[in-house]
Amino acid sequence: MIVAVTGIILILFVVGHLLGNLQIFIGPDWINGYSQHLHDLGPLLWLIRIFLLLTVAIHIYVTIQLAIENRRARPEPYIDRQYVKATFASRHMLMSGLIVVAFIIYHLAHFTVRITDPRFALLKLDPLHRYDVYSMMVYGFQCYLVSGFYVLGLFLLALHLSHGSSSFFQSLGLNDKKLAPRLALGGRIFAWLLFAGYTSIPVAVLLGLVKPAQQL
Amino acid sequence: MNFKLKIWRQPNAKTRGKLADYEARDISPNTSFLEMLDILNENLLARGEEPIAFDSDCREGICGTCSLTIDGEAHGPDHPGAVCELYMRKFRDGATITVEPFRVRPFPIIKDLVIDRRALDRIVQAGGFISARAGSAPEANSIPIPKHDADLAMEAAACIGCGACAAACPNGSAMLFAAAKISHLSLLPQGNPERVRRVLKMVHVMDAEGFGNCTNTYECEAVCPAEISASFIAKLNREHARAAIQRGAGE
Repeated sequence: MIVAVTGIILILFVVGHLLGNLQIFIGPDWINGYSQHLHDLGPLLWLIRIFLLLTVAIHIYVTIQLAIENRRARPEPYIDRQYVKATFASRHMLMSGLIVVAFIIYHLAHFTVRITDPRFALLKLDPLHRYDVYSMMVYGFQCYLVSGFYVLGLFLLALHLSHGSSSFFQSLGLNDKKLAPRLALGGRIFAWLLFAGYTSIPVAVLLGLVKPAQQL
Repeated sequence: MNFKLKIWRQPNAKTRGKLADYEARDISPNTSFLEMLDILNENLLARGEEPIAFDSDCREGICGTCSLTIDGEAHGPDHPGAVCELYMRKFRDGATITVEPFRVRPFPIIKDLVIDRRALDRIVQAGGFISARAGSAPEANSIPIPKHDADLAMEAAACIGCGACAAACPNGSAMLFAAAKISHLSLLPQGNPERVRRVLKMVHVMDAEGFGNCTNTYECEAVCPAEISASFIAKLNREHARAAIQRGAGE
């Protein structure tokens, strides 16, 4: 129940974050303005950040508790083990989740705290005196290694959500026999659409479709 | 047909077990899996060896006593159905078949493939019943029940309590069992007086017995010989949330 509720909050964030980021395709003016708007929220922005980090912390804390109980429930494993219906994604939620956490930590260090790439400090403000998020993203993703890690992180996030984004309905009791297969399919489509949306940004940068708005 | 068998042998609860190799020869394809084990045991007895201990009773899929994990699947590869409904024609001639007990902490192994499933009885004792006046059976039509409710309750009541759900669950969770018992009673007016108490107590005892938690992998419904749908687990989650709110409000 707690996992489901915190999961829903995080899914909503992931959708909102994607919509915000996709503004890179409309141009520097849009995404720089969007970033400035968020920063102008001031203390409210920090409130949202702390709320989200707390949600992540609770989601992880509770699931690790559950995973420990689940391990204890089968002290002697099967020698031969076949799964009939349980998907790879559903059986590896802890693994995918923990790698996503590592990705989030890197992502925050990369684009929020901006300590991994010294070039970001050299970026000049855009013509409207806003931080040039557009160019930061483009320069950030021009490195194959960085983009590769983003795609890997996003792949695991999509794997996590291909189970998680339909599983919470069941946990909250909002499921029945007819709905179950539709929710499962819908969840999978939703997760891989997110993956396509998010990866489109580094892919477009690497293909040279999106170019920096300023030279370093 | 001939088969190579790897069967879990464990002399008692305390001693560590291991897989032992056996061969079953000249088995008719229409032999059931349990009959094949009977034939193997007769051969073992004739050779003066200890026969393999395994559970079975009705051998027609309604009692829920048989409990084998065959080639990594609870009740074997022929779903839906209990081990007693599994026939050797389902296997390839010359196949190697691995036979293990249901493995989950609340079902300790007694000997070989025989497990102690009283944990399920204790869950039922915690609330899987209705309080009714004893004596002669009441008039059947005195309480009208909509057909839809009766059908749904009957679907849940099909659970034979074999424990395959917990055995197959990657987390060792018995949610499908508890969900079937709780749904079956809460769907009917006779089960209504204990509705709140029942779900809270049964879930509490299930957790206390050491079963794992449901993470919605639905492996349980795939192996259930009675085809209990995992949508009853959603119903259990609904019932539990409702009961927790009512209990919290002092009802």
